Amino acid sequence: MTADARTEDRPVAALTAPPPGSGARVVTTRGQRYRRREVLLALAFLFPNLVLLGVFTYRPLLDNFRLSFTSWNIASPTAQYIGFDNYVEWFTSSSSQTVLWNTVVFTGAAVVGSMVLGLALALLLDQKLVGRNAVRSLVFAPFVLAGAAVGVAFQFVFDPTFGLVQDVLGRLGIDAPSFYQDPRWALFMVTTTYVWKNLGYTFVIYLAALQGRRAELDEAAEIDAASTWTKFRRVTWPQLRPATFFLLITVLLNSFQVFDVIHTMTRGGPLGDGTTTMVYQIYQETFVNLRAGYGATVASIMFVALLLITLAQVFLMERGRQK
Amino acid sequence: MTATLAPHERSGALRAAGGYLGMLIVILVVALPLYWILAAALKERPDIYTVPVTWLPDPVTAENFSTVRTGVDFLDYLRNSIIITVMLTAVQVVLGVLSAYALAFLRFPGRGVVLMFIIAALMVPSQITMISNYALVSSLGWRNSFTGIIVPLAGVAFGTFLMRNHFLSLPSEVLEAAEMDAAGPIRTLVRVVLPMSWPTLIAFTLITVVNEWNQYLWPLLIADDSSVAPLPVGLTQLQDAEGLTNWGPVMAGTVLTMVPILVVFLLLQRHMIKGLTAGAVKG
Repeated sequence: MTADARTEDRPVAALTAPPPGSGARVVTTRGQRYRRREVLLALAFLFPNLVLLGVFTYRPLLDNFRLSFTSWNIASPTAQYIGFDNYVEWFTSSSSQTVLWNTVVFTGAAVVGSMVLGLALALLLDQKLVGRNAVRSLVFAPFVLAGAAVGVAFQFVFDPTFGLVQDVLGRLGIDAPSFYQDPRWALFMVTTTYVWKNLGYTFVIYLAALQGRRAELDEAAEIDAASTWTKFRRVTWPQLRPATFFLLITVLLNSFQVFDVIHTMTRGGPLGDGTTTMVYQIYQETFVNLRAGYGATVASIMFVALLLITLAQVFLMERGRQK
Repeated sequence: MTATLAPHERSGALRAAGGYLGMLIVILVVALPLYWILAAALKERPDIYTVPVTWLPDPVTAENFSTVRTGVDFLDYLRNSIIITVMLTAVQVVLGVLSAYALAFLRFPGRGVVLMFIIAALMVPSQITMISNYALVSSLGWRNSFTGIIVPLAGVAFGTFLMRNHFLSLPSEVLEAAEMDAAGPIRTLVRVVLPMSWPTLIAFTLITVVNEWNQYLWPLLIADDSSVAPLPVGLTQLQDAEGLTNWGPVMAGTVLTMVPILVVFLLLQRHMIKGLTAGAVKG
């Protein structure tokens, strides 16, 4: 109906210069025919990639929703349909609350921690300091390391008797908390480890953003005799907005999905689910407890949650841009 | 001496001092854990298990590294990592460039839909697809095979998007000239487009190499032993076998897993950063 209204409003414009993305019926009046050879070539170029993404990304995404309504031991060929039982179980079980809490704390702390520290480091290493290039490389380096290797390494770094952390704290006269027994400290430990590894990413993005605005910043700084803090808040921070929104989306998506650090450091423990996040629960239920249907349910819930969060962020970003 | 400095000079000196103090803290926080791992890898077993702990390996020994090499088939894991990384990178770069070329330069019906189809795949985390993919790969008899590890990871969303954006930024005169010459599309791609795209292509390749070298969860599910499992999976098998009771070889294995990718990174970090920051800054 709205389409009809639009053509009535601007009949001439619709025929001569249709807006991009308008319906198929105006294609013939566009005067641009597709060349057969070009279409076939595009098909050949795109086909393998589209098949791979279709079979190994979109097919399992849909199949996962089907599986979430079943009771299924992943080793057996048949899954039994059980309706919404898995969803009811997840939303009413007390362990889900722990898992959800762990996910929110881990993701929130990882996003805020790595973005605040990354920005601070970018501001620091954007100044003219001797040796800053070497330090920039050092900060970025952990980002390229395998999460599994970092997890194994930091299991030793946080070792209660022979580790680096207890030794440094001991020299400062502080008793190291029991990172492997107390769930809260265990969650702190895996979050810190992930932030250590991921900091290079936020740092590099913020540093590039700072460097991209150099000329404008200098001009503004000259005119404005305000304090450093005011300058940052009024001049620098608004210009970092695109980088901040980009990082909010990508860091949130990435830290939501962390598996390797948790698996290698704590196996989701202590006390069973001390550091179990939703992603770890999917793995645990499907491949350890062999409840693949329930694992698929957790995966579906997580996907919907991620989708809503990302859409909300994009919506806010668009609104921020229009202001 | 400070008395002779004007106020703004003094604040400048203070600021620089603060800057260097900050750098020192950063160096300690990032480098100390790395040093700690390396030191443990070079220590004799009793020296790791002393209280208080020692900071210098004395004597320095390569024993842990030879334990890793002989004890747990580390060379097999290394070989598997290289095979998986090289194959996946080659396939992804070729598919990514071809897809991006079609999306940027060729006119065909449904181009916008295809672009959305590829970009939206970035929104689907692998943990959500792994259950169904695991069942599919098992039923095909692909467990414990390179095919089973590689094929499901071979689709390219990020790289396609990165290359397409770069292609669209190329000056259109060049491409029009190529078209006038009636050069075939493949010829245009190889002779005209790619030579103007090396920095982005290198960035795409490097990011892919790092990602695939560090793959963990999917190979962990698909590979049971050193026949096809890559280094990070081998490292956790070593951790299961030795962990806690014998940190030395585990740390040596960790160092061996980290070093190759660190070398690649140190040589080519500029290119990699270019790829990561593309599109992030301008918004």
